[in-house]
Amino acid sequence: MSLSLPLKDLAEESSLFRNRVLIAALGIALLTLALCARLVYLQFVSHEHYQNLSHNNRVNILPLAPTRGLIFDRNGVVLAQNVPSYSLEVVPEAVADMDALLNELREIVAIREIDEQRFRKALKRKKSFQGVPLRFLLSEREVANFAVNRHRFPGVDIQARLSRDYPLGTLAAHLVGYVGRISEADVARLDAVAYRGTSHIGKIGIERSYEGLLHGGPGYQQVESNAAGRTLRVLERTPPRPGNDLYLHLDAPLQALAEQALSGLRGAVVAIDPNTGGILALVSAPSYDPNLFVNGIEAARYGALRDSPARPLFNRAVNGQYPPGSTLKPFIALAALEVRLKQAGKKIFCPGWYQLSKGGRKYRDWKKRGHGHVSMTEALAQSCDVYFYELARTLGIQRMHDFLVRFGFGEKTGIDLPAEAAGLMPSPRWKRKARGKPWYPGETLITGIGQGFVLTTPLQLALATATLARSGERVVPRIVARAHHLAVDEETIFLAVRQPAITMQREKNWRRVIHGMVQVVHGPRGTARRSGLGARYRFAGKTGTAQVFGLRQEEEYKEKEVAKHLRDHALFIAFAPVKNPRIAIAVVVENGGSGSHSAAPVARRLLDQYLGQGAGQEKLASVASGAG
Amino acid sequence: MSLDSNEGLLIRGGPTRLQGPVRQRSLAQRLHIDPPLLLGLLLLSAIGLMVLYSASGQNSQLLLRQGVRLLIAFTVMIAVAQISPRQWCRWTPWFYGLSIALLLAVLAGGVMGKGAQRWLDLGVLRFQPSEILKLTVPMMLSAYLAERRLPPRTSRILIAGGFILIPTALIAMQPDLGTALLVAASGIFVLFLAGMSWRLIAGLGACAAVLAPVSWFLLHDYQRQRIVSFLNPEQDPLGAGYHLIQSKIAIGSGGLYGKGWLNGTQAHLEFLPERSTDFIFAVLSEEFGLFGAFMIFAVFLLITVRGLQLALQSQEPYGRLLGGALVLTFFVYVVVNIGMVTGVLPVVGVPLPLVSYGGTSMVSLMAAFGILMSAHTHRRLLSEGRRI
Repeated sequence: MSLSLPLKDLAEESSLFRNRVLIAALGIALLTLALCARLVYLQFVSHEHYQNLSHNNRVNILPLAPTRGLIFDRNGVVLAQNVPSYSLEVVPEAVADMDALLNELREIVAIREIDEQRFRKALKRKKSFQGVPLRFLLSEREVANFAVNRHRFPGVDIQARLSRDYPLGTLAAHLVGYVGRISEADVARLDAVAYRGTSHIGKIGIERSYEGLLHGGPGYQQVESNAAGRTLRVLERTPPRPGNDLYLHLDAPLQALAEQALSGLRGAVVAIDPNTGGILALVSAPSYDPNLFVNGIEAARYGALRDSPARPLFNRAVNGQYPPGSTLKPFIALAALEVRLKQAGKKIFCPGWYQLSKGGRKYRDWKKRGHGHVSMTEALAQSCDVYFYELARTLGIQRMHDFLVRFGFGEKTGIDLPAEAAGLMPSPRWKRKARGKPWYPGETLITGIGQGFVLTTPLQLALATATLARSGERVVPRIVARAHHLAVDEETIFLAVRQPAITMQREKNWRRVIHGMVQVVHGPRGTARRSGLGARYRFAGKTGTAQVFGLRQEEEYKEKEVAKHLRDHALFIAFAPVKNPRIAIAVVVENGGSGSHSAAPVARRLLDQYLGQGAGQEKLASVASGAG
Repeated sequence: MSLDSNEGLLIRGGPTRLQGPVRQRSLAQRLHIDPPLLLGLLLLSAIGLMVLYSASGQNSQLLLRQGVRLLIAFTVMIAVAQISPRQWCRWTPWFYGLSIALLLAVLAGGVMGKGAQRWLDLGVLRFQPSEILKLTVPMMLSAYLAERRLPPRTSRILIAGGFILIPTALIAMQPDLGTALLVAASGIFVLFLAGMSWRLIAGLGACAAVLAPVSWFLLHDYQRQRIVSFLNPEQDPLGAGYHLIQSKIAIGSGGLYGKGWLNGTQAHLEFLPERSTDFIFAVLSEEFGLFGAFMIFAVFLLITVRGLQLALQSQEPYGRLLGGALVLTFFVYVVVNIGMVTGVLPVVGVPLPLVSYGGTSMVSLMAAFGILMSAHTHRRLLSEGRRI
C-alpha cells in the first residue's frame, strides 16, 4: 500500500493530526475530571453512608437465647429446670456421600424413618455449612457411643442444648404448666425482638403466666459473616440476661400427698394459706406428664390424653365448675345472720321435707326421717336441708346473691394462672338474661343448699373458706411467692394482694358459723365427725354432696330422677387451726358419693401433714380455742 | 533498517543529537522501546498484581498465572515493536481478513455470547476473536486512510465506515454489545484523528441520537436488564443490580485512605462479585481509598499522555493514526471500566487494562502498545519510503 503513496502535504497533515490529538486530550481531561468527581463523591462525600452499608453487609447480629428461670416450691424443691439435651447434627458440606453416612450412623444411633424424613427436608432449606439436626434427645449411651466413633464421621457432631425438664413429672403439672415450641399463635403475643433466639415459650400454667419473668432478656453477638452468611468470627458479645427463678407458695410434699390421696379418682384439691392467699397445693386429678409436651408430643399420645374420658389435661381446680352442694350452707347461714333473720335465731323443725305452700311440691331433706328441731349450729353440723330451705326462702334469691358474690362466688379469683372459670352465682336478672325465663321460688330453695344453677370452682370454694377462716379478710390467691433474679441477686417478693374485707354488723356472726363448722368435724352428730377423730388440732369443715345431674337444663327440680342418677360429687371444705388458721382447703371428688366419705378424709390427711410439723404447739393452740 | 544513520536527525530534530555518534544509542532504542511508557506499563502491572493478590483472596497460584500472562504480554509487545510500521501496514489487510474469518467461524460454531447471569462465575477464560478485532479494525482503517492524503474524502470515509461496520455487526450478533461498541470506537478514533470533518461527525452524532431509542428494541433482554439496573440498581438489589450496589459500597466505604491492603471487607467476605476481573477497581478503591484510586488513575493518565506524545512525534501517517487511535481506545477502556464500577455507566464486561485478571484482552492491549512503540522508534520509514 505504501508503495502507491501519493505526494502529500506533510506539514498540513501533521498539524491536522496535532489538532485532533489536542481535542482528544481535551476530551480525556474532561472525562478524567468527571470520573475523579465521581470518586470524590463516593469516597469522600458519601463515605459515611457507604461505610454503614459495608458494616451492615458484613456484620450480622445473632441473638443469644437467655436461660429460662427455674421454678421451685416454697422450700426449694425443683419443679422445673433446664437440662442439657443432646442432638446429632450434620454439616452437609463436610459429607461426601450422605446415604453412606446415614447407613454408617445407623449402627451407632437409632435413626427412625421420621428422623430421616425431617432431616432430608431440612437439608434442602439450610446452607451447606450449617448444621442440620438428624436426631434429637440422644440417650447417654448414644452420646457415649458416638463420642468414641466420632473420628469416623467428619461433619457430624453432637450439639448440647438446654431443654426444659420437669423432674417431678406429673406433680403439680396443672399448676406449673409446661413450655413448648413457639407456635404461630404464640408469635402474635410475644415481643419478636426479645424472642429472636428462643425456641420455646410457656404454654400453660405458671410457665405461661410468668413467661415475662421466666424468659429473661436475649443477648446478642455481633459476628462477621460473608456474603453467603457463614459466620467467620465474633466481634462483640452481649451476654443474655437469664430469667428469674420463681419460688412458689406451693408445698411440694403437701401437693404430693394430695395427689396420692386422689390417685385413681377424678377431682381437685386446693389448699390456701388464708393469711397470704398463697396456694399451698393445687391438684387436678388425674394429671399428666408435662415433659411430653416440651419437644413436641406425638399425635397419637396427645390424642389419647385429649380424648381420655378422665380428661387429664383439664385443670379441674380452677376450670372445673361444680355445684357446691352443702358446702355453701355456712355462707347462707352467714347471710341470714347478717340480715338478722328471725329464723336464724331460733330452732326450725325439720320433718324430712319442705313445702313452699300447703299441698305443693315436697322438697326433701337428705335424711328421710328429718332432723327434728334444729338450731343453726345443729343444722350446719348435720347439714339439715330443710333448715336452709327455710333460710333461703326468707332471704330470697336477690339477698342471697348479693351476699354470696362478696365472697367471690360467680367471679374469677384473679389467681396468677392463665385461665380460670368464673363459676356462676345466679340471680333472677341473670336468669332472665341468660335463659329468658322468670325465676321460680323453688330455685331459691335449692340455691340455699348449693344446688340448682349455682356453680363454683374448687379454687373459689377454697378461697371463700379462707375468707371465712379469717373472718372476712379477703386476699387474692397467689401461686408465686417471689422471683429471684440471679444475675443481679435481686429478689421480687409478691406481697399478698388484699381486697376490701367483708365486714359483719356483728363480729360474733363469724364465730357462730365457724362454731357450726367445728361441730361438723368435732360434734357428736357432725357429718364429718369420723374425719375429725383423733385430730391433734381443732378444725372447721363442711361436707357437701352435689348432684351431677345437669340441673341447668331443668326448669324444676325432679327429685326422683336425680336420686337414681350417677353417684354424686363429694365435696369438703375445711380450715385449720380454728384459731389463727393457717390453711384452708377445698376438696372435690367427682362421683365420689358423699362428702363425708370420700372428700373429708382427704382434707384430714392434708391438714395432718401440713400442721404436723408443729404438732405440739398446734395442740396447745387448739385446746386454747376449744371454747370457740 | 535500524542502521540508518539519519535516524538521530529525524527523531528529535535537535542540533545536539546531530553530533551524537551512532554507537551511543541506548539499549531501549535498540530494542525499540520507549522507557517512560514501559515504566508506566510496568508500574500499572505491579499495582495490578498487588490488588489482584488481595482480590483473589491471596491466591498465589492465580497470581502466578497472571504473572505468566503479563510476561507473555510484555514479550508480545517487545516483539511487535521490533517490526516496522511499514511491515505492519503491509500485513494489515491479511490480518483484517483473517480476523473477520475468525468472527464468522465463531458465529457458525455457535459459541454463545455473554449473559448477565454468568456474573457470579469467576474468571472464565475464553478465546475471543472479537478481542483481535480491537487491533485489526484500527489497523485496517489506518492503513486504508494513510494511503491517500488526509483529511480523507467523504467517499473514502464511507468505505472506511464499511470496514468498521462489518466486524461491529458480526460481534453484536454474538451478541457482545460492549465489545462491538469498543471495536467501533477504535475505528472511529482513527477516522477522527485522520481529520474527518466536524460536519460529518455532527451528522453521525445526530444519527446515533435518533437511532439509540430504536436500538432499544433490538437489544437482548439481558442487555436491557443491564441498562435498567444501571439506571436504578436498588430496584432489584439481589438480582442484576447487586454487583453495582456492592461495588459502590466497596468504593464508598474505602473513604480517603482505604481499609488497607488485604483488609477490604467487601471483597474478602465475597460481597463483591467479579472482584478479580471486571470489578477489581472497587477492590483497589476499598483498600487504598480515594488516594489509591487517584494514584492508579494518574498512572493511566501517564500512559495515555505518553502514548499520545509518541503518536504526535511519529512522522509516519499509518503508525501515527494507529498509535493515536489505540491510545484513545486504551483510555476509553479505563473510563468505561471505572465508570461502570462507580455506577456512572451501564455494566458492560470491560476489564481494567493490565489490572483485571484475564488473558486475551491483555495480550491484544500490549500488542497495541508494541505497535505504538514501533511507530515511534522506526521513524526512518518515511525517508525510506521517499527513497523507494
